[in-house]
Amino acid sequence: MSFARDAHRLLERLSEASFAALCSGEAASLSLSGEDQTYLRFNTGKVRQATGVRQLRLELDFRAQDRQAKFTTDLSGRADQDLCKLHALLARARTEAAALPPDPFAAPLENHGQSEEWREAEPPDTAAVIEQIAATTAGIDFAGLFAAGPQLRAVRNSMGQSHWFAASGFFLDYSLFTVNSAGEDKAVKGLLSGAGWSEAGLSAAIEADRQWLDRLRFPSRTLPPGEYRAYLAPAAVAPIVDLLSWGAVSYGAWKKGGSALRRWIEGEAPLSDKFSLRENFALGLGPRFNGLGEVAPLQLPIAERGRLQNLLVGARSAREYGVASNGTESGLWSEEQLRSPEILPGDLPERDVLKRLDSGLYIGNLHYLNWSDQQSARLTGMTRYACFLVEQGEIVAPIRDLRFDDSLYRILGTELEALSEEARLFRATDTYEQRALGGSRVPGILLSRFRLTL
Amino acid sequence: MNAPETAPAEFDPVSALSGLTGEADWLGLRLVEETSQHRAVRNGRPERNQVRISRGAMVEAVVDGRLAYAATSDLSRAGLREAASRAARLARASGRHAVAVFSQGLRPAVRGNFSGPCERRFDTLTLGELTANLIAACARLRVSGKIVETSAEITLTEHSSRYATTGGADIAQRFHLVSQNFMATAQDGPEIQRRSLNGPVARCLQGGLETLDFDRIYGECERAGREALELLAAEDCPNDTRDLLLAPDQMLLQIHESVGHPLELDRILGDERNYAGWSFVRPEDFGRLRYGSPLMNIRFDPAVPGEFACYGFDDCGNRADRQYLIQGGLLLRGLGGLESQARLGLPGVANFRAAGWNRAPIDRMANLNLEPGDSTLDEMIASVERGIYMSANRSWSIDDYRRKFQFGCEYARLIEDGRLTRVVRNPNYRGVSVPFWHSLKRVGNRDTFGIFGTPFCGKGEPNQMIRVGHASPHCLFFGVAVFGGGR
Repeated sequence: MSFARDAHRLLERLSEASFAALCSGEAASLSLSGEDQTYLRFNTGKVRQATGVRQLRLELDFRAQDRQAKFTTDLSGRADQDLCKLHALLARARTEAAALPPDPFAAPLENHGQSEEWREAEPPDTAAVIEQIAATTAGIDFAGLFAAGPQLRAVRNSMGQSHWFAASGFFLDYSLFTVNSAGEDKAVKGLLSGAGWSEAGLSAAIEADRQWLDRLRFPSRTLPPGEYRAYLAPAAVAPIVDLLSWGAVSYGAWKKGGSALRRWIEGEAPLSDKFSLRENFALGLGPRFNGLGEVAPLQLPIAERGRLQNLLVGARSAREYGVASNGTESGLWSEEQLRSPEILPGDLPERDVLKRLDSGLYIGNLHYLNWSDQQSARLTGMTRYACFLVEQGEIVAPIRDLRFDDSLYRILGTELEALSEEARLFRATDTYEQRALGGSRVPGILLSRFRLTL
Repeated sequence: MNAPETAPAEFDPVSALSGLTGEADWLGLRLVEETSQHRAVRNGRPERNQVRISRGAMVEAVVDGRLAYAATSDLSRAGLREAASRAARLARASGRHAVAVFSQGLRPAVRGNFSGPCERRFDTLTLGELTANLIAACARLRVSGKIVETSAEITLTEHSSRYATTGGADIAQRFHLVSQNFMATAQDGPEIQRRSLNGPVARCLQGGLETLDFDRIYGECERAGREALELLAAEDCPNDTRDLLLAPDQMLLQIHESVGHPLELDRILGDERNYAGWSFVRPEDFGRLRYGSPLMNIRFDPAVPGEFACYGFDDCGNRADRQYLIQGGLLLRGLGGLESQARLGLPGVANFRAAGWNRAPIDRMANLNLEPGDSTLDEMIASVERGIYMSANRSWSIDDYRRKFQFGCEYARLIEDGRLTRVVRNPNYRGVSVPFWHSLKRVGNRDTFGIFGTPFCGKGEPNQMIRVGHASPHCLFFGVAVFGGGR
């Protein structure tokens, strides 16, 4: 973790020097994010692209006379050079702030305390990982992405606040493909992640996946659109939770007319009393502090037994609408976002899922979700990977993929029959611009009816 | 990290490369510099003013025929040496498990320059003036008390790159890019509707400030505000099968998802299978598959003036030129750069592109356009007995093989007995890619043509968000399943 240690020293020096250069009436915050990652992309068990990425990105949030200007820049990691760059940005920020009208909803910079969290781990040897993946997946069509190395997030401001988070770990997000007896491509999905890579862990996961592949080699059934009883495995529930971050549980989005769950929030439409959702930073998937340095509660209930407890409130919404912030982060794409969501599990043991489903669909994964009518909480997407027709508690055949178009008020409401007793942890695998932190923990859900349309 | 060595202000990749020899059998270096300013006003008040300055390099190294990459923002000699060593180590680690063997033909020894259009530089408008324009646009969007939210956003980007290799390539490119987003949200009791100018951030062009005509934008903002109110009072889109007339600002999405992605050669090769998916198109389909009706002519065109993804060379130094992908409905060529072409033994295009200095290039769409036909808009409408006109994308979803899609639009009007009639809200349609394109029965002429794009095409592992352009005339499709919202 010398990368992170060096970055820590660099941020110290940049913040001391730049905060000392502020004039009366000015305030500033510096946010640092960075990674020293090795990314290995695999196709057919071989390395398609191997890329090392070492990057540090600094955001300057400058305030003066109720104006706000933000600048983001890549750092070289060389303090003298980066300090020159930062001083130039400060000068430009003063000019920009002076040209802008006041921003009444920019939350003032405050001292939200100090924290430091280090989770250091030695990244695995890249050549060994490649050899182990090749050996373990021999004879199987393997595609996927391996990422490993340190990641960091930090924020300091001129009011004395300082938060630091650095962690090192890996993920292997993969698919195994086979061809069934009718010549169709079928696949299963897997995800390994954690602080330390283990060849034994890989072997165990691939061995378990082989059993699913065996079931996928039977001829697929084509099913007509309609309503089906269905069990959505945890990996199929995770993208539905991800979609909730597209405004559904954001206070700001609700006030601006962009929440899919407006009717639930306003008490007009219920969700099931089996459904409980919370932000749970105890999962340990990322820092609790946000870009302003506000520290979110360790756990924040959003829905408890179907009833609204809290919406996600960031500092900007808090100031605009006169409510208290709960330390939420706003995303690039949307209003306040979930960073570490958890759906609380239910009482359906996984071993009993097929028996309880009886006849219907076992859906392993969902793909490419989007709102089809946001105001009605209607979402659409595709089934993907290991999905099966189940009759009388037994898997009968894999299915050809189907499109669904259904409402959250049915999926998390009227049609929600049970949640699995076991929940799965999904560490974030997004790598746009840099590897993401965060993730989710979700159980599977049994639905009395699930609407398939194409 | 704290050594006193600094990067020269005027960084020269060619001389930098000369200091790296010995690390590998072959080296390439791509320097990317980008400054992007995002200015956003909401309800007449500043919402976001953010400038992003990005500068770094991707080093490519070949050892024993294996290619690997290492990215760094430390452009000092030591920083680049470290990156070159890392790329070389990764190439060695890939060893016998690499997908393909590198040859110098995959990085042609091309030298050249390309500059996109820019008649009026970004610094000829002050930040105060630009903000005042955005505030005025918000005021124009608010045509009624029922408009409860207004937003106006502009992103101005200056991008330059330089690519050099020890094999003799040396390419410099420079672009100015402008993206716009203007939106009104209308509310009447529980009903909420949004209307924007051509869909969120679909107005994307290369060029300078000459691409921003605020007087025209103000008028369009007033129209968007009025249309948001129309949608509040409208009935829901019917649930049935009828003819579908798509505006160019929805054709952009239709082309992108159901033609562009399935024709990417790296998808056909399976590189993308673990993320966005595979493709229904197989290598043997080129030259044989009737992708759509004879009216369907799709071209990869990096040279349409002002379109968002024009360039002279892709990121392996391949010179970009126009190519038909589909002509008269017949599939001819895929979207794949030199590496994919070599692996598949098929022709492709110059589209091996990276989203920034910290990502390796992969096969991407650039400008992908549907050629104009010969119908006027009035003729197309007059030819429809029972149909619907939809414009401006608001929802998109398609399966991992790019067959079954479902798309939603912001705004629609019924077409009855050859005339545009009532506005309907929450319009959606669904279909299957090849049958849908076979239902293309009229293509608008050049007067109906629109040029759009998006900065947000996501793909790749590690993920990359890249800019694409799509231009199309209005198009009429026969017998499409359409439906509305609710339930």
